[in-house]
Amino acid sequence: MHRLTARQIITGVIVLILVVIFPLVIRATFPIHVMILVFLFGMLGIGWNIMGGYAGMFSFGQAAFFGIGAYTSSYLSMSFGINPWLGLVVGGFVAALVAAAIGYPCSSLRGHYFAIASIAFAEIVRVVFNNWKRVGAAEGLSLPMLPESFTNFMFHSSKLPYYYIALVFLLISLVVCYYVATSKMGYYFRAIKESHDVAEVLGVDVVRYRLIAIMISAFLSAVAGTFYAQYILYIDPESVMLLAISVQIVLISMLGGAGSIMGPVIGAAVLIPIAEYTRTTLGYKGTGVDMLIYGLLIMLISMYQPAGVWGFLSRIGRKTR
Amino acid sequence: MNNATCLEVTGLSKWFGGLAANKDIDFSVQEGEIVSIIGPNGAGKSTLFNCVTGFYKPSDGKVTFYGRDITRLGADKVCKMGIARTFQIVQVISDMTVLENVMTGALLHFQRIRPATDKAEEILTFTGLYEKKGLLATELTIADKKRLEVSMALATQPRLLMLDESMAGLNKVELHQIIDLIKKIRDKGMTLIVVEHVMEAVMKISDRVIVLNSGKKIMEGTPKEVVSNPEVIQAYLGEKYRVVAK
Amino acid sequence: MPNELLQQLVSGLLIGFMYALIAIGLTLIWGVMNIVNFAHGDFLMVGMFSSFWLFTLFGIDPLLSIPINFLLLFLVGWGVYRFIVSKVMKGPMLAQVVVTFGVSIFVANLAVYFWTPDFRLLPPTILQGTWNIGDLDLSIPKTVSAVGSVITTILVYLFLKKTKTGKAILATEMDREAALLMGINTDRINSLSFGIGLALVGVAGAFLSTYYYIYPQVGSQFGTLTFCIVALGGFGSIGGAFLAGILVGLVQTLGGFFFDPSYKYAIVFMLYLITMWIRPQGLLGW
Repeated sequence: MHRLTARQIITGVIVLILVVIFPLVIRATFPIHVMILVFLFGMLGIGWNIMGGYAGMFSFGQAAFFGIGAYTSSYLSMSFGINPWLGLVVGGFVAALVAAAIGYPCSSLRGHYFAIASIAFAEIVRVVFNNWKRVGAAEGLSLPMLPESFTNFMFHSSKLPYYYIALVFLLISLVVCYYVATSKMGYYFRAIKESHDVAEVLGVDVVRYRLIAIMISAFLSAVAGTFYAQYILYIDPESVMLLAISVQIVLISMLGGAGSIMGPVIGAAVLIPIAEYTRTTLGYKGTGVDMLIYGLLIMLISMYQPAGVWGFLSRIGRKTR
Repeated sequence: MNNATCLEVTGLSKWFGGLAANKDIDFSVQEGEIVSIIGPNGAGKSTLFNCVTGFYKPSDGKVTFYGRDITRLGADKVCKMGIARTFQIVQVISDMTVLENVMTGALLHFQRIRPATDKAEEILTFTGLYEKKGLLATELTIADKKRLEVSMALATQPRLLMLDESMAGLNKVELHQIIDLIKKIRDKGMTLIVVEHVMEAVMKISDRVIVLNSGKKIMEGTPKEVVSNPEVIQAYLGEKYRVVAK
Repeated sequence: MPNELLQQLVSGLLIGFMYALIAIGLTLIWGVMNIVNFAHGDFLMVGMFSSFWLFTLFGIDPLLSIPINFLLLFLVGWGVYRFIVSKVMKGPMLAQVVVTFGVSIFVANLAVYFWTPDFRLLPPTILQGTWNIGDLDLSIPKTVSAVGSVITTILVYLFLKKTKTGKAILATEMDREAALLMGINTDRINSLSFGIGLALVGVAGAFLSTYYYIYPQVGSQFGTLTFCIVALGGFGSIGGAFLAGILVGLVQTLGGFFFDPSYKYAIVFMLYLITMWIRPQGLLGW
């Protein structure tokens, strides 16, 4: 199923080339910004997909790890002058540890119950950060403008470095997902997704593998968070830990195809540009039209095409083989 | 026939609240035997299965496997020790192909995909599902799903295979196929414990039969002995069983 | 007992009865068809707005809006199941978990679109003022709402236990397969249960509108809380939902009193997580 066909490789290379030369050809800032968000959400979607699409743990709280990553690296950089790249790694580990801490007591939760636990957990995290004076409480953190450099992970004159860094992060995430999906881990995740009984009867240590899935997912989300902090230079609980972000991540993965490697990327590539362009053209912050459409999309996809775009394409592929 | 004691169950009891689903059950199974466990509905057969294989923790008693105490082990550890089982309601991984399902079982003993795939294909050939290896598990008939489940169990390379009502709902042809498969498995050196309602099959395959009723073991012996035992017949009164005398 | 504490206890109890009513609707849906209605809180909001507009446009007192809300939300619930949820019942788990989420977002933002995110409050109506009993101040709307919730709960309980349809619902809740074998049309039971579940929040919404702020996002507040309540009580258990509702009302009010009010929700969520760890089937669940 995951052995790459020649056609897939060629398509991938062409797309990659197009994506790489995109910002050099289209020099307007907004499209480049949109693409950066596509990469970012693609990465978040892949993170979600590893624990949700593959291992069956549907989380509506990914934003919590996104936020933990953003806050960890920003706080370390602002208070201790720790290099953001190092902060990125630390943020990832912090998120993974938190994920393990919350994942362990929830080891037997599946389906709806896990979803609720994830919402409850994310809400607790958000409330904590909203009240935590040391990291800015509701006002959040504004990262100071440092001289532009790769080491400082900050660029002011152009978005291009951010673009390529985000792209590299996305590619790394894809590689991680590919490895997970095609390895023993991937098979075990999918067994767990089917049922704990089936997994256990085949000798799978369900608790251990669930934790691994959650930790990988949290790590990736946190890295995306650090990138976001370094890109936007301002974070607060409302912008990085919102339920809306978690929902968007779920929608992207479902739309593109949960349980597939490319699904979240496709979903992000479709949804983010639509979201960003409608947001600016309709200028409706506060009328909720974007979320209205999200809600409708989630309903429609669940009802009529739960396997998403990738599922749709695979089904056609199987029929024509 | 080998003399090694494969499985030994002593004083096994399991209570759910005030109800004793299993009460003080003793038996042992020698390597290479096929032992059937029979009894009317509610006798405690599935509970016994679950207690032995780690899905329930016994309230009392001991289970040893080749001399090692496995009483308190969880289900995945029991599998790693070498006991595999199937379920009453067949459980396979629906999103995967037949081959992938068996590979998942094979991965217990391999780290890499390639050797696991080879092992899986070997098993599928043995159980007769090789031609269907590319089908999704959901596309199989019930009989084939049961065969898939057995294949998955075999892929974990067990020494003891426990089958929970694998013959329910099969027609005559499918029944013969699975009986043949069970015999083939035993010929490969494996020990089998089988919970069954289909008496015809029980008579054909079993070396010994253990009878449960109301949570207790009421009798144990050869198929012929069990079938003509008055207490066993009494336990089944009211259930429509045709006992096929050889 | 110091007055302040007693006051808080009573407050907690009053809101707890309200929570119980909302939770019963959710646990009914959950128990009957194994779907967590993530839009439950948002339909509560719809109930609140319904009473608001009935009063503002037609002068109908919120108490009189109760039967209207009941009917309206029943039909909505029936429709949501029939046209939306029923389509995912045979689908993958992901779809089942996510679909009501979609409904939730859709409904909440539909309200934002039509009615703006503004906070609204009903002017004092039939119910207003405070009863002073000894050192206790009992807000009349809150007390009447609590009493009304209890009465509604009892009526629902009687319906489920004593009527033929109610018993069919309970049967389906306990064992779906057995119910099917007995010839119960489980699909129709599903629509009915969804309808009743939402009808109950319609009633709760009417009560709440007499004293609570009415705005589109109010649903999500109650929503997440209700999931925790139902899980605490044991999914599918009406008695459990009732007890857990009261418990959470107390915990939340007292928690906000002893700790920081902004943590009052976080405390309840912690309670949920801890319960799931220790006793996943909830207080009264099986």
